[in-house]
Amino acid sequence: MIQLFAFYLFATIVIASAAMVIFARNPVHSVMWLILAFFNAAGLMLLAGAEFIAMLLIIVYVGAVAVLFLFVVMMLDIDFAELRAGFVRYLPLGALVAVILAAELVFALGAWSAGGIDLAARAAPATPDKSNIQQIGELLYTRYIFLFEAAGIVLLVAMIGAIVLTHRTRGGVRPQKIADQVRRRPQDATRLVDPGVGQGMEL
Amino acid sequence: MSADLALIWPELILTIGGLITLMLGTFAGDRQVGLYQLASLVTLAAAAVAVIALFGTEATVFSGTLAVDAFGGFAKLLIYAASFVCIAIAPRFFRDGMRAEYPVLILFAALGMGIMASARDLMTLYVGLELNSLAAYVLASFMRTDDRSSEAGLKYFVLGSLASGMLLYGISLLYGFTGTTDFAGIAKALGGEMGTGLLFGIVFVIAGLAFKISAVPFHMWTPDVYEGAPTPVTTFFASAPKVAAMVLLTRVIVGAMAPAIGAWQQIVIFLALASIILGAVGAIGQKNIKRLLAYSSINNVGFILIGLAAGTQQGVEAVLSYLLVYVVTTIGSFLVVLQLRDREGQQVESIPALAGLSQYRPGLAAAMAVFLLSLAGIPPLFGFWPKYLVFEAAVNANLVPLAVAGIVASVIGAFYYIAVIKTMYFDERSEAEVSGGGNILEGTIVAVSALWLSVIGYLFIGPLATASAHAASVLF
Repeated sequence: MIQLFAFYLFATIVIASAAMVIFARNPVHSVMWLILAFFNAAGLMLLAGAEFIAMLLIIVYVGAVAVLFLFVVMMLDIDFAELRAGFVRYLPLGALVAVILAAELVFALGAWSAGGIDLAARAAPATPDKSNIQQIGELLYTRYIFLFEAAGIVLLVAMIGAIVLTHRTRGGVRPQKIADQVRRRPQDATRLVDPGVGQGMEL
Repeated sequence: MSADLALIWPELILTIGGLITLMLGTFAGDRQVGLYQLASLVTLAAAAVAVIALFGTEATVFSGTLAVDAFGGFAKLLIYAASFVCIAIAPRFFRDGMRAEYPVLILFAALGMGIMASARDLMTLYVGLELNSLAAYVLASFMRTDDRSSEAGLKYFVLGSLASGMLLYGISLLYGFTGTTDFAGIAKALGGEMGTGLLFGIVFVIAGLAFKISAVPFHMWTPDVYEGAPTPVTTFFASAPKVAAMVLLTRVIVGAMAPAIGAWQQIVIFLALASIILGAVGAIGQKNIKRLLAYSSINNVGFILIGLAAGTQQGVEAVLSYLLVYVVTTIGSFLVVLQLRDREGQQVESIPALAGLSQYRPGLAAAMAVFLLSLAGIPPLFGFWPKYLVFEAAVNANLVPLAVAGIVASVIGAFYYIAVIKTMYFDERSEAEVSGGGNILEGTIVAVSALWLSVIGYLFIGPLATASAHAASVLF
């Protein structure tokens, strides 16, 4: 019973918050609604018995979106005094989202421990004695090992590409020259001067 | 597992060689052009040797995600050869701007294309395609201080991501409705009842791949990217990735979608006709030789698709032969473009500047004329032979109207090729005279490919036909 109720709750909030992502005028609000939508989608996945995907949604999407949000704040020309002034005004909304998320977390865990929803048509029956994560791991490192390694090369190419496109050798930097530093002798670096009284000296 | 590893030597060599080249570039510095260039060329040659050594082996490795067969081997040899040339010609073009990442990215792109050519699973297809595409986006904007190059890279990236999205959507539909990502499994499922979902999946997968071979109506990026990218990179784009994507499309269509011929054949026929006609008509007004060659590649992809539309073994043989001749012609013509520099050493790309080229660079003009006429498929030249094969395959598959339409459109296409030749041979010598000789390597490649395309190519028809027939027979 609790699963069914949880399903409808999560599904409604996903759709409603997804709509709000589009309708919100303030981009910061849109991101907030987006996080709420991801969180509820994760709840749905949990109900379907795919706890690994649920975790991915939270860690990757919510985490990544939070970082993206940070970037937006850094890149946009936002007056921080104004932003801080808005903090109090937005506090109720932010607090509301936080409370909903916290409540859902408790709720989803309760529903999950009560057992998953029986989906009408599953493509393949899951082996009951193994967790999703274990099964995905086994497939990834045996059957799909070639694709897994190739995906690693794709990431390497992406990294090389980012360096090719953005790396510049800047002039005027002062790198360490360890050999020169070690070779330096007191007589190269110090000199004795005998300044006249009241004349000062030039370095 | 270790038995499987012995069958993917080409991929292993490319990966290790790419990493070594990267390390050489990082620690020896970008100035050591000869060093890292040599490393990358040796890597490609070794990978090609490994492919040749594996000829005759027929196996599926890594739980059916990858196929090792003659079809993939044929494509890989072409891809590696084209990549080899594109690395060899680069240092002279980039001069001071050559960086070690160029050969590294080409090596990894070649690795991705090799994976594409031997894919027999939708996931392998996607990983290979992305590996190739990611490297290509970066290569397009390799001269990042150049506005046109950056623009080309950005355009390619945005449109390429869109195409990847479409492809993934199609893949997810196919997987959802067939329950497998394996080509053979999909073919088995398609043998049954065809639902709307499957049809949509087929349409989206073909659309995503059509973008990669720049078939009309997914060709919009081609002229801009070809014009903006550095010329050696354009040479690369026009040759190797075309082969890989075309071979991949052939594998998907013949290997996975064969039972649903009613669904894909009309799409391929439409792509073929639209590409031939738009490639021919769009090229007419072009003033930039690289844009003209871009339209020419769209036009030629249309002809290759005619062979694929037949869907028979003969059609696939024609596709392979066409790809071989097309790659040689394209590399040759872009190498000629690479030779054209004005007195300050800047690249010349405008067609009017070629006026009277035959009077002061007769060899270069003659080679260009051979390449253009061969691209047009004028009979005495070797470019005629694959066009003939393609039309023959279409006629034998009862696609006579398609063949007739293709022949008519190829006559339109001949117009603009001949217009360029007229500019080179019969126009007044232009003020902006081009000069600057090539080096021995480029001159040799141009001369050999021009000779091969003129008449000598016909001597190789026998072995070539045997090789393509052997490669194509794997799929049937």
